[in-house]
Amino acid sequence: MAVLLLAEVTDGELALDATAKAVTAAGALGDVTVLATGATCADAAAEAAKIDGVAKVLCAEDPIYGKRLAEPVADLIVSLAGDYEHIVAPATTDAKNIMPRVAALLDVMVMSDVTAVVDGSTFERPIYAGNAMQTVKSSDAKKVITFRGATFDAAGMGGSASVENIGAAADPALSSWVEDKVATSDRPELTSAGVVVSGGRGVGSEDDFKIIEALADKLNAAVGASRAAVDSGYAPNDWQVGQTGKVVAPDLYVAVGISGAIQHLAGMKDSKIIVAINKDEEAPIFQVADFGLVADLFDAVPDLTSKL
Amino acid sequence: MKVIVPVKRVIDYNVKVRVKADGSGVDLANVKMSMNPFDEIAVEQAIRLKEAGKADEVIAVSVGVKQAQETLRTALAMGADRAILVIASDDVHTDIEPLTVAKILKGIIDEEQPGLVLCGKQAIDNDMNATGQMLSALMGWSQATFASELDIDGDSATVTREVDGGLQTIKVNMPTVVTVDLRLNEPRYASLPNIMKAKKKPLDEKTAADYGVDASPRLEIVNTVEPAARAAGIKVGSVDELIEKLKEAGAV
Ligand SMILES: Cc1cc2nc3c(=O)[nH]c(=O)nc-3n(C[C@H](O)[C@H](O)[C@H](O)COP(=O)(O)OP(=O)(O)OC[C@H]3O[C@@H](n4cnc5c(N)ncnc54)[C@H](O)[C@@H]3O)c2cc1C
Repeated sequence: MAVLLLAEVTDGELALDATAKAVTAAGALGDVTVLATGATCADAAAEAAKIDGVAKVLCAEDPIYGKRLAEPVADLIVSLAGDYEHIVAPATTDAKNIMPRVAALLDVMVMSDVTAVVDGSTFERPIYAGNAMQTVKSSDAKKVITFRGATFDAAGMGGSASVENIGAAADPALSSWVEDKVATSDRPELTSAGVVVSGGRGVGSEDDFKIIEALADKLNAAVGASRAAVDSGYAPNDWQVGQTGKVVAPDLYVAVGISGAIQHLAGMKDSKIIVAINKDEEAPIFQVADFGLVADLFDAVPDLTSKL
Repeated sequence: MKVIVPVKRVIDYNVKVRVKADGSGVDLANVKMSMNPFDEIAVEQAIRLKEAGKADEVIAVSVGVKQAQETLRTALAMGADRAILVIASDDVHTDIEPLTVAKILKGIIDEEQPGLVLCGKQAIDNDMNATGQMLSALMGWSQATFASELDIDGDSATVTREVDGGLQTIKVNMPTVVTVDLRLNEPRYASLPNIMKAKKKPLDEKTAADYGVDASPRLEIVNTVEPAARAAGIKVGSVDELIEKLKEAGAV
């Protein structure tokens, strides 16, 4: 049984952690062929070829794949689909844009955010913001899946798969890229960081978010935020953790000035150790916290930062 | 231009869900149901397009059980012009899969010929994040998912999308399917007079069979369980004690 795995490639660069976690998840299903796409993708393909468990890498280099618009990438995947029973990807925003389109073109259901593989047609996934875990069995001939990175360990880097260049599929010419607004940061990436420090509405302003960032930098952590903090303009959208933001499971998650709504818990409750700092002792975040500190964050966080 | 807005009846986002003892799913009997929050944002955006003179008619569509009538009345009270209810099940516990919903929506689009479909990016019950993309695929249209800004200009639309790296702006050919994210707008509340008026707005009832769609699921539910609970933690009295505990746990 063969698996086609869409690698996460952004502007020619492989998102190794996300891709390698999906390779682990897909390994249980059969031989994994990785598909790398981009305006340039030779480097990404070469790196993907080193991931343990990858049997082969296909490299589709063409300007139409440069910004990974859903329509051309979905058409490319469908053109290759004949050889594969499983078509999978890490559950990134790119893949969530592309994979349901692939599934509909193949007349099959998609399974999003899969957290465990039971067998070749049976998979577990969270529903209701992770308040229930559901196991579903697909009756479709092909299974189209996105895997939630937070629940799989990244595959190692001892592989040496072959790389084959493939041509582009026809350009559907339905959409075009205008611009990206991407903040660059020296901090670890949110979904792969070992430590995450998140701030909520309690932080109060964009300026005061620096308190959160200082603690994060002390811990070599990524910075996260609640929806309320993002909506209020304290933090950019790509920091949002939760049901509709990023799902993280670091070794240590520090929630500061966050009440702990189920939609936020959905994105962090599988973290190994959770610390909550909140001035309201009744805040629901304390129900999931291993260590809770009832305190004003403006006192506690700078104190913590200086003492660590 | 007509705008179609699919809306889903889901458990209210404030309700704590309970998994049914028989493992078949989440208990939906006698719990508060509401419009999927993302769909409210889609309805709001459609109404704003009409108010801005960019859309002529807003049609709300729901696929599901008969009770989804209430959800459609909410959309009508917010300002949609008419509604179509497609009954695809008589059991409130049956979730109609995104592929089926997309096929039914395609049937409606073939009849109504809208220039735009505005969907919520995901339903907060099955969290599948798929219907809009699937519909776009079946139509052979462009798609713009996770929209936080939308600007329609003649035969194209410029859409800013919330993505993992930040924001991406793309331009899509019309007609198109746009799925909306949280920060596109803040939906209005329906006023009492508008709620009264909504009762008189047209609401057509159809069935999946009217569109020749077989609504049987592709995914069989094997089991539904509560997630593993976290072991209870402790409260610490000071920053120093917190650091001590974190050191003991090897976390710092
Ligand atoms: C469809 C939908 C999707 C959603 N998706 C997400 C999501 O992905 N992620 C997400 O986070 N939310 C999401 N939400 C929103 C969620 O329901 C909550 O509204 C949000 O998480 C609240 O953010 P918060 O905890 O920062 O704010 P609040 O709930 O306002 O909590 C602020 C907390 O800060 C504390 N505080 C205030 N001042 C201080 C101080 N000086 N010192 C210490 N503590 C202080 C308060 O005691 C309070 O507990 C979603 C909601 C909906 C409807």
